[in-house]
Amino acid sequence: MLLLALLLAACGGQPPEPPKAVRQFSDTQACVEPVADMRKNHMEYILHQRDETVHAGVRTRKHSFEECINCHVAPREDGSYPSAGSNDHFCSSCHSYAAVKIDCFQCHNDNPVRPSMLSAGNANYHTEVTDNLVVLEKQEEGGKL
Amino acid sequence: MSSKIKTPLEETVDSARRGFIQKTAAVTAAVTLAPGVILHQAQAKPADEPVSSAQRWGMLIDANKCAEGCTACVDGCNKEHNLEGHGRPETDAQWIRKVSVKNRSTGYSFTLPMMCQHCETAPCVDVCPTGASFKRVDGIVLVDKHICIGCRYCMMACPYKARSFIHEDTDDQMPYAPRGKGTVESCTLCVHRVDKDGEDAVPACAEACINDGHEAIVFGDLKNPNSRISKSLKKYGGTQIRADLGLNPGVRYWGVS
Repeated sequence: MLLLALLLAACGGQPPEPPKAVRQFSDTQACVEPVADMRKNHMEYILHQRDETVHAGVRTRKHSFEECINCHVAPREDGSYPSAGSNDHFCSSCHSYAAVKIDCFQCHNDNPVRPSMLSAGNANYHTEVTDNLVVLEKQEEGGKL
Repeated sequence: MSSKIKTPLEETVDSARRGFIQKTAAVTAAVTLAPGVILHQAQAKPADEPVSSAQRWGMLIDANKCAEGCTACVDGCNKEHNLEGHGRPETDAQWIRKVSVKNRSTGYSFTLPMMCQHCETAPCVDVCPTGASFKRVDGIVLVDKHICIGCRYCMMACPYKARSFIHEDTDDQMPYAPRGKGTVESCTLCVHRVDKDGEDAVPACAEACINDGHEAIVFGDLKNPNSRISKSLKKYGGTQIRADLGLNPGVRYWGVS
């Protein structure tokens, strides 16, 4: 037990301090699901959404990989964005500590491209792309506005 | 008429007629928002709804309108999906390309854009060992890059040479078009636009073609008899390239024979 503790202390270092997200999901909730749930199960949410989107064309924003990046990859003080390899990238800060390799960024962009349109109110709605500007498409009851 | 006293029957007929006119006006007002802008019955699907086999998306390409030397569709596609080249045409990604054809005996020549034909019985789907190459229920043939192992069987199987293999590391991908080294890719029929706008979607190639003034590419639902593409095909027919293979492609052509 003592050995294990020593071993952990030897290779552990400080626990990771991931950069703060750009904003909260809602007034009462930090992320799209409770934080403890996200810490443990974020990959399950992303994996589920991945298959739904690729195979069935379901494009809700709540568990969308793009919205993870939009919110969690915050700009540095100089305005540049950290790349997936660097320790000040939200994902890498934890994954390098946990020694879990991420494959996502071999294909997906590690930085925000389009402005986020995710909020508690419109998590299930489409966003509209116009020259990289995102306009919320209002799909209220009673048709388009 | 105005001086005449109306009989009860005339009164009834008049009020019925007035009611009908009022109702008609109300209906027209609901449907016509502005001159030329009419609400379609076919709305795009909500984001949380899966795609359905009630649609089959396809394209009709009029080679008569396709200009020799014009590459607007190719450029539009490259820009939309950020397909950067490395100056190596043999291996650079190519989702859509221009093909020029000349009949040696008559001398007749034409040019056409060639891309994934979104076959009903797609050979790429048949040969894929992992299930990465698949056809959505609405007819769009895609590669699920999460499970693609890069074996390139599909590239060998495709009679249209529609697929590309990504040989280089990629960056700056568009969020709706993730792509990475070691996987195969091809035209997605701008699936991100289709999922959002449904019948009203205009793929990037078609948009670029319209902006360039040619309007050679029409996108639409082959299963909807009232869509522009279905009406055009019903009236004038359309050519399947390599129809002899019996693949029933979703992309049809005019002016290619």
